[in-house]
Amino acid sequence: MTRTTLALPMRPELRDPAWRGRVFWALAALLLLWPALVLTEFKPWVLLEAGTLKSTLKFLGDFVPPKLEPEFLLMVARETWRTVAIATAGMVLALLLALPLTLLSVRALSISALSGRMALMPAVLRQGVRWLLILLRSVPELIWALVFVRVVGLGPTAGVLAIGLTYGGMLGKVYGEILESGESHVTASLLRNGSGRLQAFFYGLLPQNAAELTSYSVYRWECAIRSSVVLGFVGAGGLGQQMDASMKMFNGAEVSTMLLVFMALVWLADQASAWLRKALG
Amino acid sequence: MNDLQRSPPAANEVYRLPPPLFNARCKACWLLAGVALLIVLSFWTLDLKWAQFFSLDALRKMGRFVGELLHPAGEVAFLQKLLGATLETLAMSVLGTLIAAVLGLLLALPASQTHASDRARFKGLTRLLLNALRSIPELVWASLLLIAAGLGPFAGTLALALHTTGVLGRLFAEAIENAPEGAGFALRVRGIGEGRVFCYATLPQVLPQLLSYTLYRWENNIRAAAILGVVGAGGLGQMLAFHMGLFQMPETSSILLAMIVLVALVDAFSYLARHVMSR
Repeated sequence: MTRTTLALPMRPELRDPAWRGRVFWALAALLLLWPALVLTEFKPWVLLEAGTLKSTLKFLGDFVPPKLEPEFLLMVARETWRTVAIATAGMVLALLLALPLTLLSVRALSISALSGRMALMPAVLRQGVRWLLILLRSVPELIWALVFVRVVGLGPTAGVLAIGLTYGGMLGKVYGEILESGESHVTASLLRNGSGRLQAFFYGLLPQNAAELTSYSVYRWECAIRSSVVLGFVGAGGLGQQMDASMKMFNGAEVSTMLLVFMALVWLADQASAWLRKALG
Repeated sequence: MNDLQRSPPAANEVYRLPPPLFNARCKACWLLAGVALLIVLSFWTLDLKWAQFFSLDALRKMGRFVGELLHPAGEVAFLQKLLGATLETLAMSVLGTLIAAVLGLLLALPASQTHASDRARFKGLTRLLLNALRSIPELVWASLLLIAAGLGPFAGTLALALHTTGVLGRLFAEAIENAPEGAGFALRVRGIGEGRVFCYATLPQVLPQLLSYTLYRWENNIRAAAILGVVGAGGLGQMLAFHMGLFQMPETSSILLAMIVLVALVDAFSYLARHVMSR
């Protein structure tokens, strides 16, 4: 009775039954947003100030036409190859790190777990390896690169090591998850019939999950190419380092060429990885 | 008749020869050879300084680094600065993600074809723009924007927003295209305009998905925001680059700890939020 009398003054099509929630969330968002705006010094008008606007427009104006001198293009091609090479070498290192750690951490290969619970020592070891992988993964590669640049100096070594360590952690963790999410029946019966852990891995676990493992590795290779460009910005060689140098000299034409090359590279890696993953099924 | 002619299937195909070691038509062999070549060439052309990395000097340096990292700095004044930078990083990621969600939704509308007779004239163009935004990493955006926005967190926020717009725009467009068409169709046949069809039919259906994409990107962005500062775009990264450049390892260690704690907290929050939403 009361509900109808309350609803009557308003036309039914204009009545919003959820207005309380909407107003609350709008206010909450504003309240949350205000300190964020202050903290990030969010002043869009800075972009339009005469001084900065002039230098921005000049920099952007240099973008067309991109620098296309043969000598420069050759240098860009060489650096692009170095970027790909850093990513590939880093992935090899990551695989070398990830494979043994995965084998150590996979629960499906535990012999003591066949009879109920896993024994204490193997359980501790597996959990320890897992934590090591998570630790490797949780430090971004850029920070590893910053550290290694200080130890071995500027150049691709730092980039390769940084990608190797971080991606080793990522690959190891995800490989473990993939191997454990599959059907464990085959592996368990191999182990029960007296095969060794490696045999059970190669004949039981690996054939079932090979496609998924390869597909994930290819995807990570694609990510590694992107991140090896970024690592160049802290001095780990490749396209990123050249881009950083050109940006510091406000050379718009060079930056524009390298950005185009970089986008093409990412696109190519994307296509190659999509094709490979599709071929793997 | 036909059944009688066919021989019963062998339990074990004994008559088959083992596969040849190399077959020119075997795609996988070529692929493997290509991968091996790529790997060999990569290691061959890069002037990797393993000797230097494993030299006594470098090992001693690493040892000292690690030793000093074990003693994080804890002075009150420094911790206050650290807290400020942590909050700045958090604010950068929140604001960057929010701007990206709004811009991404605005760009996802022209980038999606909602029904068969929708001509979606700008689809190709918008997708190209989204792909361009997406393919340039945050850090590269940040160092480009330093010229326009100056040093500081504003450049970082914009960089996060631009890259994430590309990512979210594409995800949103796909979500909108994959939304069930029934509700939208029902409104459309009654002659209701596209704008209202989107607000009352498509959006309510895809909203949970859009929110979960946004939350997921926020998790990514907090990681990105923490390191963006390395090129001078504010937040924890800027502090890290500064103290690491001066080889002040205790401070560096505290900053790294703050990063890890911040990322873990955001992950936990995002996990909880998703758990609540999916209930």
